[in-house]
Amino acid sequence: MKRKGARTLLLAALGFVTASTFVRADSLGLPPPPVPADNPQSDEKIALGQKLFHDKRFSGDGTVSCSTCHDDQKAFTDSPRKTSRGIGGQFGTRNAPTVVNAAYFDSFFWDGRASSLEDQSQFPFLNPIEMGLPTHEPILKIVREDPAYNAAFIKVFGTGGSSITMEHVKKAIAAFERTLVSGDSPFDRWYFGHDNQAISADAKRGFEIFLGQGRCVSCHTVEQDRALFTDNRFHNIGVGINKIQPDVPRLAAEFQKAKASGASVDKTVLADPKVSDLGRFAVTTHFDEIGAFKTSTLRNIGVTGPYMHDGSLKTLRDVVKHYNDGGKSAGDPSVNPYLSGGIRPLNLTEQQISELVAFLEALTSPQYVNAKTKDGATP
Amino acid sequence: MSKLITRRSVMAAGAAGVAGTLTTLPISMVRLAFAGEREDFSFTYISDAHIQHIKGASFVRNWDMGLKRAVAEANLIQPESDFVMFGGDLAQLGKREEIDHGAEMLAQLKPKLHCVMGEHDYYLDLGEYWGKLYGDHWYSFDHKGVHFVVLNSIIVSDDWTYHRWPTPERRMLEMAGLDNPNGSPFMVGEKQRAWLKEDLSKISHETPLVVFSHSPLQKIYKGWNFWTDDAEDVQALLAPYRSVNVIYGHVHQIQYNQIGNISFNSVMATAWPWPYPQSYAQAESQLPVLTVPMNRGDPFFERDATGWQLIDLHSGRVTAHYQLWDNEPRTVGFDPTKGAPVDLAYQEPSRRRPPQSHY
Repeated sequence: MKRKGARTLLLAALGFVTASTFVRADSLGLPPPPVPADNPQSDEKIALGQKLFHDKRFSGDGTVSCSTCHDDQKAFTDSPRKTSRGIGGQFGTRNAPTVVNAAYFDSFFWDGRASSLEDQSQFPFLNPIEMGLPTHEPILKIVREDPAYNAAFIKVFGTGGSSITMEHVKKAIAAFERTLVSGDSPFDRWYFGHDNQAISADAKRGFEIFLGQGRCVSCHTVEQDRALFTDNRFHNIGVGINKIQPDVPRLAAEFQKAKASGASVDKTVLADPKVSDLGRFAVTTHFDEIGAFKTSTLRNIGVTGPYMHDGSLKTLRDVVKHYNDGGKSAGDPSVNPYLSGGIRPLNLTEQQISELVAFLEALTSPQYVNAKTKDGATP
Repeated sequence: MSKLITRRSVMAAGAAGVAGTLTTLPISMVRLAFAGEREDFSFTYISDAHIQHIKGASFVRNWDMGLKRAVAEANLIQPESDFVMFGGDLAQLGKREEIDHGAEMLAQLKPKLHCVMGEHDYYLDLGEYWGKLYGDHWYSFDHKGVHFVVLNSIIVSDDWTYHRWPTPERRMLEMAGLDNPNGSPFMVGEKQRAWLKEDLSKISHETPLVVFSHSPLQKIYKGWNFWTDDAEDVQALLAPYRSVNVIYGHVHQIQYNQIGNISFNSVMATAWPWPYPQSYAQAESQLPVLTVPMNRGDPFFERDATGWQLIDLHSGRVTAHYQLWDNEPRTVGFDPTKGAPVDLAYQEPSRRRPPQSHY
């Protein structure tokens, strides 16, 4: 009930009021999200995708849906959990990233192993730690036999019964996810909307640090008419990998061997935390990408903690300190040798760190201000 | 961006002189276009680390990170490369602290290490401490049918070395300057050339020869000592050999050239890249004069335009695979149809990236 209320509010805020407006084109600070030519948006498709996204029957024990770890109430994250709990109470190795504004990403998962929202949506169903289905067949069985689903697929795709395939399921889920677009943060109202009162003086100074001494903007991009806050690239910033340095030669060799003999990257990285920390290397086997993970968007970062691929940094202050120390946090033995060339000590003062955090907290969109994640997100 | 499992590709030399394939095969016998068969191998080349002491236990972090990264990645190569060359300029100002600090990082390398003397290692104590750690300043060794020669090419005149400067520190600083009127051109020198002649007298002309030097054994630009003053004399000693390959550091950029039978390849630095010397353009440049130091293509990524190399002789000539951080890898190898080294990615003008004209 509560959730339905929130969702209605969200859809209203996004402008889902007329059939012709599928995504709001004027979310301040963001362009309309790109929509693939072979999967145009429609109200019926979005509604179908939303239903699929929340359906727990698509899991091994009927307890986990997409929304279990990407919870509408929690800005589509699993905050304050560091990593998510799948079927049978198992925990994975990676923090559930928000789906909000994922529509703008070039690749998906922390290591970018999926190339589109459609592509991404198929994997968690089969992951033994996440939703734990042996194949996609149980999903197809449900949507083919459930009269409501069947009718919806006919309406959206002109196809029903045994003609429904995973392609249709993936497209519908992706269409729903493309509606989760949110700009309009206090920062946007100040920077793009020229409302001088929208953010505090601290946050404004924090933005100067973000552009200058903090070097943040080089990866968390801000452009003239938009701010995606991600370069859609992969960087080793010293999280996770710092702790497993002596294991890297062995792990890299073992992983490479396993991959060559057909092991699934999806399953391997989510099962073994150390392999997980190899990051993008698991996908490309490029040395340049050992321990590298995708640049996260910073939108709604104030309500989507804990942070980083492993959820190892609890607060935004922890994150800024990690960067300030040149890619190193308490407990890390040393900075790893594969560190991105962009990461170096920043020499920020405590005051500057506070200002940078104030800026980051001004990136929360109105509809997520009250997200139920605060335990994990506030310093 | 280097692959973990690297090329042990069987390449019939001549058929495809440039090794570009990443086929992964076990170590195998390679049939050479000449000199029969020998076992395939590759070696790692790391150069120009310029480890710089600040004071006490503190060193320039950026240069440290470059060498550490090269060593860490070189240790991931599978199968392990046969040996590692370090191409000189381990230190910035020849200080014992710098050589020790760098040597400690190089000591992490799994394969056997051979070192080349650089001027930054030499001009404080004339290579004495370096020699204690790495042995002779020039030497040769044989490996799987290839004769390798290491020269100390950064010698200058006795007068400059012994009589010009009040202190060794001053001597080192003068040698470290670019376009310095107080500098002096590098050379291999008469003594070493006599040694080289003697060393080569035992080697068949069909044996592939690889010569490692710090400065180019060719004349490129004197003001930065991209130069060896007696290059022609050294080249003459190498002339009778069928496959001669010179690999040099010092220039912190990718260069390749062919002079007669000799192929030249440079290697990258782990510390910082040099641009081409502007005064070498030999034409008026309209570029704005740099008033702040900017030593990188992309100043945000400190490792941009630096890296290390994996080198093989599968084709009978050197093929250098450049592992460039935060950048695309490049391969320079000998093209038998052209009789010269070519860059696999950049040899065609139509494939070159146009320079940026809009700012």
